[in-house]
Amino acid sequence: MTENPRPAIEGHGIGKLFKRSGGEIVTALDDVSLTVEHGGLAALVGPDGAGKTTLIRLMAGLLTADTGTLTVLGIDIAQDPQSVQDRIGYMPQKFGLYEDLSVQENLDLYADLHGVTVEERKRTYPQLMDMTALGPFAKRQAGRLSGGMKQKLGLACTLVRAPDLLLLDEPTVGVDPLSRRELWEIILHLVREQGLTVLISTSYLDEAERCARTVVMHDGKVLAKGPPDSITKIAAGRAFLASPPDGQPARQLQARLLDDPGVTDAVPQGGRVRLVKTSADADVPAAVELVAVEPRFEDGFMALLHKAADTGKSASMSLGQTAKRHNGETAVEVDNLVRKFGTFTAVDHVSFAVKTGEIFGLLGPNGAGKTTTFRMLCGLLPASDGTLRVAGVDLRKARASARQRVGYVAQKFSLYGQLSVIQNLEFFAGAYGLSGRRRKERIAWAMEQFELAELAKLPSGQLPGGYRQRLAMAAALLHEPEILFLDEPTSGADPLARREFWQRITSLAEEGVTAIVTTHFMEEAEYCDRVIILDAGQVLAQGTPAEIRAHAPESEDHEPTMEDAFIAVVEEARREHGRPGERSAA
Amino acid sequence: MRDSLLRVASLVRKEVLALMRDPRSRVILFVPPLLQSFLFGYAATFDLNHAPYAVYDEDRSAASADLLARMDGSGVFERVATIQQSSDIARLIDDRDALLVLRIGPDFERKLSAGQQADIQLIADGRNSNTAGTAVSYVTAIVSGFNADWRAAHDMPDPPVTTSVRAWYNGNLETSWNMIPGLIGTITLLQVLMLTALSVAREREDGTFDQLLVTPIRPSEIMLGKALPSTVIGLIQATIILLVAQLWFKIPFAGSFVTLYAGLIPFVIASVGIGLFVSSLVANMQQAMLFSFILLMPFILLSGLATPIANMPDVFQWMTLIDPLRYALDITRRVYLEGAGLGQLIGDIWPMLLIGAITLPIAAWMFRNRLT
Repeated sequence: MTENPRPAIEGHGIGKLFKRSGGEIVTALDDVSLTVEHGGLAALVGPDGAGKTTLIRLMAGLLTADTGTLTVLGIDIAQDPQSVQDRIGYMPQKFGLYEDLSVQENLDLYADLHGVTVEERKRTYPQLMDMTALGPFAKRQAGRLSGGMKQKLGLACTLVRAPDLLLLDEPTVGVDPLSRRELWEIILHLVREQGLTVLISTSYLDEAERCARTVVMHDGKVLAKGPPDSITKIAAGRAFLASPPDGQPARQLQARLLDDPGVTDAVPQGGRVRLVKTSADADVPAAVELVAVEPRFEDGFMALLHKAADTGKSASMSLGQTAKRHNGETAVEVDNLVRKFGTFTAVDHVSFAVKTGEIFGLLGPNGAGKTTTFRMLCGLLPASDGTLRVAGVDLRKARASARQRVGYVAQKFSLYGQLSVIQNLEFFAGAYGLSGRRRKERIAWAMEQFELAELAKLPSGQLPGGYRQRLAMAAALLHEPEILFLDEPTSGADPLARREFWQRITSLAEEGVTAIVTTHFMEEAEYCDRVIILDAGQVLAQGTPAEIRAHAPESEDHEPTMEDAFIAVVEEARREHGRPGERSAA
Repeated sequence: MRDSLLRVASLVRKEVLALMRDPRSRVILFVPPLLQSFLFGYAATFDLNHAPYAVYDEDRSAASADLLARMDGSGVFERVATIQQSSDIARLIDDRDALLVLRIGPDFERKLSAGQQADIQLIADGRNSNTAGTAVSYVTAIVSGFNADWRAAHDMPDPPVTTSVRAWYNGNLETSWNMIPGLIGTITLLQVLMLTALSVAREREDGTFDQLLVTPIRPSEIMLGKALPSTVIGLIQATIILLVAQLWFKIPFAGSFVTLYAGLIPFVIASVGIGLFVSSLVANMQQAMLFSFILLMPFILLSGLATPIANMPDVFQWMTLIDPLRYALDITRRVYLEGAGLGQLIGDIWPMLLIGAITLPIAAWMFRNRLT
């Protein structure tokens, strides 16, 4: 919007070191150079720990670089952070909303903080409210908004004083597909209609594909820069689709392919497996017939990452020596389950059944009632009505020893942060009554299977995100449960961690473990045997991934995806019931 | 049974590790009891020192000079003014220049010599009734000493009745002798209540409590796993204060340590019970803090630490019966100063055990059944 001759952001040779509490030095950024031109949308893409957040915090003047130069809007950020901060909008991963204030009060507060005049407010407020569709909720407490609405409010608060440059740090983490789509519409509107310059960091690769320019980061270094096409091209001639043998779930083929040295990446897609070969002429098991397809951004990204990092490690695993399979029986049965909180019905007559050895997915937007259903299944919350059976009993009423058959991984990391990795494992081994040789064996098993040995002495609160997830799973599997509950295990995880997670779940299912997983990554439904889609506490659709996909509208330019189907199902249900677009999270 | 013990042992180990691995909580366990015992030991005293007083001596005789010399030499009072007219009295008291004014009438010596009753007037600042009362009783003591000596010197018969006061167990009626043994209970309650009230609340906030509830651990085992380490920590804190009383304030210990601890253990159990009960009710750490503060104030007021329970209205006296600190104060003071034996303390011990026996099971039940 200005005729500034210099780019909006210009950085050369930026380096930043951090010291962990143990005194260990971590390189967050290593010789990073990048430019972001005025106008348009640029993306910082990379797995967790790539340095995306550190880089954005440097640009916002919240940290200073150890080496290199960084100018933002033509100003050296190290010299004069204040005058940069006066002109940029910065939205951190967890935006500082005041949960006890209403939507309007939060907006007023940020307008006051930035000294926005009353006249300006008259002009911008209706625009912001209209854009974010928060108008009808102006009086609602921010703490009672759903995750997606909170992010929209955070964005609105960042935009109250019309910045010249907008820095967004992973704004869509933990946000369901519908809200994610709405957020993106707002961002694209800002870029196209208002000519705003936006830099967004993300680990969603489909989001990166929508940006004009991308900067791919890994381990504090820039791996590649350029328009998304240039990244996609890396996988040219290497992307294929493979069909699993009849009657076998795609995930089994996918897990096998991931372990194949000739394969860089594999994910289940539409009942088949999409794979990227290490090179165009690499050998892949002859038994599989390959159909060449156009590469997409994710393929190029994974190929790039694979080259840069040792990501080829297999996460296939085995539960232990006593695992047995007895498929066909009913592991979990839920009939007309209801849960009310006052007048609010969080779970509304939900029924489903899960067979032993199945991977069962609960899909739905934030506040759909997934977590509430989970808490009832695990005996943490009494049901208002209906019946539920887990391994044949209602865990809330059954003897405590019945819980021996169940493992539970909560949405939030919930192990003891002060205790070290090994101490956590020892504690949960004791909690599940393991002692003596058996206890030693199981802890050794967990350390080996989840590759935790190197970090054994680190307080678990200081573990990097991916390792926390592993530790949480290890703790839940120590006692070899028959049924494993995983609440949003991949929320906020990057593509690498998610592949690793699903590979583990696939191997566990092979051994007869029943896994019940909630997720709002729709493509992850492809790993499940069956899924249900929940919204507003009700089951909207139920079936195999193929059956769910059939709900998606016909599309000319691509095969219908799980996400298309999900959005179609939810929108149709909301039209029928005339429900508001968003609800507060339960 | 073996499984159950194993689970409780895991829980206890986890609690101790979680506390000891965090440098901040290590400090919080041991420094505040030390600081608080010094603070209370020095700051909370009713003893008078250098209380300012003024003199309006209309007699100016040898007798009045003798009386005033006794006042000035007592160490308790310090003369800040000698006034010449009665109108100055009001000003001195109003401006808080003097805590009391001693007025000696014009015919003081003449009346004494004649064997008549000679009055002196004492005007005290009643705005702080405690201090004024103490000051007046000191003056009374000085005056009766003067009386006795005057009669002896002038060959007069002794007054028909004299009271001679002897305070037992605390000969000089020093406040610190009363206050510091009382602190063993008070500070321990404060610390234990905070520690336990926060413990479950923290786990609820961190989500670790859910993780506990999905394991085969039973609520009663969680309760034991929380109560055992908290009780030990409470006893350690009580010991720190006891050591301060012994080694720093050097208050003579009349009783037996075995008896003292036999009384302290049920007290700490009752405090842990109340703390866990609070913790099982609240949803987060903020509420836990608030609740414990709301409870602490009445517990301390009703305990008899500062004001005797016998002075309270009946209703409040009944309320003191559910205050574990009330019993703990009785035990610590009596064992400390009076050397009371275990048999004399049964009446204090069983109510505390009862408090523990009610609060702990309720807390355990609430762990699972509190609606979230």
